[in-house]
Amino acid sequence: MLSRTAANLFWLSRYVERAENMARLMEMGYRMAMMPATGKGYRSEWQSVMAAAGFTLTDFIPLTQAEVADYLVFDKDNPSSISNCLEQARNNARAMRTAITADMWDAINSAHMELKKPAMRYMVRNNLPEFLDWVKRQGALFRGATDSTVLRNDGYDFLRLGTLLERADNTARLLDVKYYVLLPESSVVGDSRDSYQWTTVLRAVSALRSFHWVYKDNYTPLLIADFLILNPLSPRSLAHCYSGITEHLQRLSRLYHSRQSAGTEALETYSILLHGDMEDIFNSGLHEFLSNFLLRNAALSESIAESYYFGGQ
Amino acid sequence: MFNEMMSDDKVRDPYQALTEWMEATGSENLAQKRAEAETLFRKIGITFAVYGDGGDPERLIPFDLIPRIFTADEWRNLKRGVEQRARALNAFLFDVYHNAEIIKAGIIPGELVFNNAAFEPAVIGIDPPGKVYSHIIGVDIVRVSENEFYVLEDNCRTPSGVSYMLENREIMMRMFPELFSQLRIEPVDSYPEELLKTLKSIAPKDCKGEPCIVVLTPGALNSAYYEHSFLADQMGVELVEGQDLFVSGSHLYMRTTRGPERVDVIYRRIDDAYLDPLCFRPDSVLGVPGLMNVYRAGNVAICSAPGAGVADDKAVYTYVPSMIRFYLGEEPILNNVPTYQCAKAADLEYVLAHLPELVVKEVHGSGGYGMLVGPAANREEIDAYAGRIRANPSDFIAQPTLSLSTCPTFVESGIAPRHVDLRPFCLVGDKIRLVPGGLTRVALREGSLVVNSSQGGGVKDTWIMAE
Repeated sequence: MLSRTAANLFWLSRYVERAENMARLMEMGYRMAMMPATGKGYRSEWQSVMAAAGFTLTDFIPLTQAEVADYLVFDKDNPSSISNCLEQARNNARAMRTAITADMWDAINSAHMELKKPAMRYMVRNNLPEFLDWVKRQGALFRGATDSTVLRNDGYDFLRLGTLLERADNTARLLDVKYYVLLPESSVVGDSRDSYQWTTVLRAVSALRSFHWVYKDNYTPLLIADFLILNPLSPRSLAHCYSGITEHLQRLSRLYHSRQSAGTEALETYSILLHGDMEDIFNSGLHEFLSNFLLRNAALSESIAESYYFGGQ
Repeated sequence: MFNEMMSDDKVRDPYQALTEWMEATGSENLAQKRAEAETLFRKIGITFAVYGDGGDPERLIPFDLIPRIFTADEWRNLKRGVEQRARALNAFLFDVYHNAEIIKAGIIPGELVFNNAAFEPAVIGIDPPGKVYSHIIGVDIVRVSENEFYVLEDNCRTPSGVSYMLENREIMMRMFPELFSQLRIEPVDSYPEELLKTLKSIAPKDCKGEPCIVVLTPGALNSAYYEHSFLADQMGVELVEGQDLFVSGSHLYMRTTRGPERVDVIYRRIDDAYLDPLCFRPDSVLGVPGLMNVYRAGNVAICSAPGAGVADDKAVYTYVPSMIRFYLGEEPILNNVPTYQCAKAADLEYVLAHLPELVVKEVHGSGGYGMLVGPAANREEIDAYAGRIRANPSDFIAQPTLSLSTCPTFVESGIAPRHVDLRPFCLVGDKIRLVPGGLTRVALREGSLVVNSSQGGGVKDTWIMAE
């Protein structure tokens, strides 16, 4: 397979996943902002969403939902805005129409065209949840089309690697929102508002019910974090993502009869997740753990690019 | 003016069944079908970019639902004529890069060939497999009466439009299955297979096993990018850009996830000038540095070969009937349009005196850019154009405005006659291959003779009836 094609496939699925996760992140902010304000009436939910989306918050100027939504959905200068993600995904798809199926093209092309309609702007302003559902549906359509139509060759591995790396990155960021949202008023840890926020994280990843199936217990921060970080049963957990990542990298090694450093790096991270203990992680700092994970994840992405000559040879 | 469908107020035979079907369907249903077809095209992403008009970079070519139909007899004649031209044009190309017999015989003036911008000294003496330089020839044909066909031009470099021929058929079959089951229409869908056979047949001699074939595109911003990706996809070969290829030693490789892989045949959709910055334009990043050395060493086949453009020059076109007589010893089956060469003094004088009746084209122009359609131009336009001709007479040729045949077309006001032409695609490798069909282009504006897609023309499905 052409290196450029592999790179395009990898980034195509990353962008689609990123668009979906951006919607999940916004959903979380939206639900959190619906909680009655306590204390000084100071609201930080939307700032934390921005922080989790990767923006440095130099000063905490309150942002309105409409402003955040505009920025995260349509802003041309925000490389991770949903419209930029879909546009990039479509550009990548267009640049290698031969490597994807008609169904995949249809999914990504239709999403891109629909988002351009004026009605979408109206929906973002007036019915954000409906819009966010729409975005999540586009992600599901694309993955469904991929899953049911694409050849199980190396192209599939690169597509899956893109999805899983991006998802791991986003789950970690989503959890980090909790860290940011707690910063200004850490005294609320453990109260009813705190647990509402934790369940919001679960809702955003559509995992409220599956959590209950697994733990049959209260929504404690420790268990929720465990579910999204260490539990391989949860399809958005870091452990699950890394089990997939190592598997696809091993498949590639077998296919190409060569071991690459990316595979070793992925195994190291996977082993941290396999042997991790949530209580230890909480004690030494959830935020530190997540930050460290994000760095490792980004390094792996670069390592994959090097191993398979994404930038040429 | 010849109407493809009607003759003396009676429907011509090949259109009989179609007419009955159209009447039964009604124009309201047809309008709805057209909207459906457009949605399909948009969904599949069949678009065509038009340079420099600031409009939609992914414009759809308007598609007309009413097919154009040829009888088996009509097609047999066209096919023989196209194949004959393809053989003569390739004989000519090989000749001018070797002994130039046709020039020595005084049939074609040497300066027309050797001073031609498309003449490529870098390929002199090269013997490509089968002595073929131009592997895909799109011949543009118009009809003026029941039995009179003229060739407007031969496209010997990289003619585009074949994806429309295939996709138009695909859409028609999806929309009107009952018509296809009722009529016996020759299928065109074997084209990609025939193209692949042609490409395999020109692989370098020392190529072992299955040759590695690629389609080389300038990239997703090119107007015909859809076609490039479509053909690569249909043939199951890689679609590459210049950046994906590199030369090492005397071979060509592509960059893959497993490391370098050798390439044996390139179906290039990049112009000569951009193929190799070491040999041609040094500022180009579209091609592959060193590619021409590999080509000269016989280690890669290039379809279409560099230098093939010298045969589809509009001035060289005038000599194609002579080529047919010279190389093949046959009489031309298809006629040329009478053409005035402004390079000749007598012709120039005639052209300048008769501009309002003529169509004038730039010798090196393509896609309908920069032409003058005399009858449709006003005094100022004509005067301005005359100035350009006087400044560089040898850059222009002129032809009488032919009375192109019309075909019923579904337009705003209903079903109305519009002018059409036809481009069949002839493949030349170890043998000549031609699928029964072609791209019918239609001038959508009333009275207009310009069918080029870059000038607002549309396309139609072309049906060849089985015997």
